[in-house]
Amino acid sequence: MQLVLFFIFGGLCAAAALNLLLTRHPINSALSLIVVMTSLAVLYLTLGAEFLAAAQVIVYSGAIMVLFTFVIMLLNAGEEVRTRGSRAAYLVGVPGVAALFSLLTFVFLSQGNHLGKSTLANPATLYDLSAVLFRDLLLPFEVTSVLILIAILGAVALARKEH
Amino acid sequence: MNQVPDILRILPEVILTLAGVAVMMIEAVLHQNTSRRPLGWLAVGSVAAAFWASMAQFQMAPGTGFHGVVQTDSFSAFFHVLICGIVLVCCLIALDCMPERGENMGEFFALVLFGAVGMVLMSSAVELLLVFIALEISSISTYILAGFRKHSVKGPESSLKYFLLGSFATAFFLYGVALVFGATGTTNIREIAATLATTPMPAFPVIALAMMLIGIGFKVSAAPFQVWTPDVYEGAPSPVVALMSTAPKAAAFAVLLRLTYAVFPLLHVQWSSLLWLMAALSMTVGNLAALRQQNVKRMLAYSSIAHAGYLLVAFSAPSSEGIAAASFYAVAYAAMNVGIFAVVSHVGGYDDHLNSISDYRGVAYRSPLMGAVLAFFLISLIGIPFTGGFFGKFYVFAAALHAGAIWLAIIGLLNSGIAAYYYLRLLTTVYTRHAEDSAEPNIAPLSIPIVLALLLTVGSTLVLGIMPGRVLYAARWAASSVVPPTAAPTEIVVAPLQPAR
Amino acid sequence: MVPIAYYLVLSALLFSIGAGAFLIKRNIITVFMSIELMLNAVNLSFVAFAYQWHAIRGQIFVFFVMVVAAAEAAVGLAIIIAVYRTRNTLNVDQIDLMKL
Repeated sequence: MQLVLFFIFGGLCAAAALNLLLTRHPINSALSLIVVMTSLAVLYLTLGAEFLAAAQVIVYSGAIMVLFTFVIMLLNAGEEVRTRGSRAAYLVGVPGVAALFSLLTFVFLSQGNHLGKSTLANPATLYDLSAVLFRDLLLPFEVTSVLILIAILGAVALARKEH
Repeated sequence: MNQVPDILRILPEVILTLAGVAVMMIEAVLHQNTSRRPLGWLAVGSVAAAFWASMAQFQMAPGTGFHGVVQTDSFSAFFHVLICGIVLVCCLIALDCMPERGENMGEFFALVLFGAVGMVLMSSAVELLLVFIALEISSISTYILAGFRKHSVKGPESSLKYFLLGSFATAFFLYGVALVFGATGTTNIREIAATLATTPMPAFPVIALAMMLIGIGFKVSAAPFQVWTPDVYEGAPSPVVALMSTAPKAAAFAVLLRLTYAVFPLLHVQWSSLLWLMAALSMTVGNLAALRQQNVKRMLAYSSIAHAGYLLVAFSAPSSEGIAAASFYAVAYAAMNVGIFAVVSHVGGYDDHLNSISDYRGVAYRSPLMGAVLAFFLISLIGIPFTGGFFGKFYVFAAALHAGAIWLAIIGLLNSGIAAYYYLRLLTTVYTRHAEDSAEPNIAPLSIPIVLALLLTVGSTLVLGIMPGRVLYAARWAASSVVPPTAAPTEIVVAPLQPAR
Repeated sequence: MVPIAYYLVLSALLFSIGAGAFLIKRNIITVFMSIELMLNAVNLSFVAFAYQWHAIRGQIFVFFVMVVAAAEAAVGLAIIIAVYRTRNTLNVDQIDLMKL
C-alpha cells in the first residue's frame, strides 16, 4: 500500500520537476512546481509528518507559489528565449548534475540496509512537535522574527516606487 | 553549573535587535522631509553598546544557553567584538556619504543592524538550525543592501546576482546539514562531534562536509565559488561593500572554523586537502585577475578573494595555531579593508563618480589626508611591516610552515609579490599630478563620521602592526575554547599526516 | 514498507533537477523557482531522516526552511521587480552590464 503511494506520488514529483526543467513558459514551470510540492506533502504523510504535510500545502503551495504566479502575471513574463549562454550551461551543467545525482544515489543505495524502512505508523503528534519547537529551539524560533522583519523591510525598500 | 542568565549570553544580539526595531519604528513616524541622520547616530550608538556587551562576554564563564543552542566562550566573544567593530565603522561610513534624500536611509540602518544580529549569532551558534537561520539573516540583509541604489542600472543587477548565487549556495549548505543530520540524528554541533565517530553511515559526513564547504565557500568568496564577487562589489554602494566584504565573511569563517576543527576533526585529511586547493586557487585567481582590472572596486573585489585565500592558508595548521592565525588575520584584514573602502566611498561618493583607476589620478594633491590614508591601507594590504597586514600574513604563513604545508606558503608568498604590483599601481596613480587642462576630481569636504571612521581603522591597523600582542593573545585564547584541551591528543596524531602533500 | 533509501534517492533526484534547472533556465523567475525546488528536495531528506532517527528536530528543521523560503521569496521577487524596472527584461543573459 505504502509502496504504491510512494511510486505514484514520487513519480508525479519527479515528472513535474522534469516538466519544470523542460517547459519554456514560466507559468507552466510554476504550476509544475505546485504539483511537486503537493505530492511531497503526501510523501510527508507516509513518513509520519502529518502537521508538516498540512504546512507544506498551506505555506508552500498556498502562499509562496501564489506569490510566484502573481509576479509572473505582474511582469507579464513570456516564453524564454534560448541563448548562447544556455548552450554553455548545458555543456557544464548536465554532466555535473548527473555526476552529483549518481554519487548521491550510489551512496544512499549502498548504505540502504543501515537506513530503515518506513511504515505508516507512529506519526509525530503536535505535542511532540511543540515541545521541541517552543522549548529546546525557542531561540531559533524567536530569531526567525528578525528574518521576517528583514524580508518585509527589504521588499518595501526595493519594490517601492518613489517620487 | 550554568549560573549566567541566558539573556546575558545573547546580550549583543538583543541590543542590536532592539536598536533595529527602534530605527525602523522612528523612520516610519518621521516626516518625509526630516533628516534621517539622527537614526544613523542611533545605530552607531547601539552598535557601540553591542561592542561593549561583546567585550564583557570575555569575562563571562564559558557555557551554553537556551538549551544548548548558543555558546559564549572566548571564540564567540572574539568574533562578536570583531563584527560589532566592523558594523560600527560601516555605519559611520554610510553616515558620511549617503545622500540626504531619496535613498531610504532609515531602512538602510535598520537592515544593517538586523544583518549584524545574524552575523553575530553565526559565531556563537552551536546548533546547525541556528547557524542556518543566522546565515540567512546575514545573507538576505546583504542581498537587499547590495541593491540599494535601485535607480542605477547596476544596483539591482548586482543584488540579483548576489541573491541567486547566494541562495543556490545556501541550498547546498542545507543539503550538507541534512546529511549530517542523517548520519548522526542530531543537529547540535557538540552532539554531532560526539556521535560522528560511531555513525552507521560513514559516507554521509564526507559528502556533507563537501556540500557545506561549497556553501561557505560562496559566502567567503573563495575560488572556485568567487564569480559573483566583482560584479556585486561594483554595483553595490561603497559603504555596503565595506560591510559585506568583511563582516559576513568573518562570521562565515567563524562557522567554518567551528565546523572543521570542532565537528569534523575525524575528517581532517579530507577537509584540509579541499581547503588547501581552495586557498591556492583563491590566492592565484584573485591576484591574477586583479592585475588587469581598471575599475577600483572590481580590483579590490579580486583583492578580497585573494585575501580569503590567505586566510584559508591558516587551515593547513593544527587546531590551536590555525584558529589563532585565522582569527588574527580576520581582524587585520577587516581593519584594512573597511579602511580602504572608507576612503573609496568618501572619495568616490555614494554614486561612484570616481570609479576607474585613472579617475583617482591626483587625489593625493586634492586631498592630502585622503591620499595618505589610502597609501597607508594599500601598504598594509601589500603586507609591509609595521602594519596589520604584515603580521596577519606572517602568522598565517608561519602556521602553515609549522604544519609542513611548504608549497602552500610558497604559493602564498609568490602571490603577495604579484599583489604588490596592482596595489602600487593605484598608489602611484593617486600620487601622480593631474594634467593641467583636465578636470580635477571633486572630493567632498571632511565630515565628523568619516574622520571617526578613519581614526578607528587607521588606529587599529597601526596597533595590529606595532603591538599585536593583545589581539594575538585574545586570538590564542579564542582558539583554545573551540577545541577543548582534552581533544588535543587526536589533533597531534592527525597533524603529522600534513607534510605528505 | 518503503525503504528510507528510496525517499533519499528521490530527494537527490529533485535536488539535481533543481540544480540543473538553475544552470540551464534563462528566465530569472524560473531560475529562482529551481532554487525553491532544491530546498524542497532537502526538506524531503530531512523528513526521511527524522523518521529514520525518530528525531523531531528534523521535522522542525523543515518548518524553519519553509520560513526561510518564504522570506527569500518575498525578497527575491522584490529584487526581480526592481531589476525589471531598470532593465525591462527577465532574461539572465541580458542582465550582464558588468562582465564577469
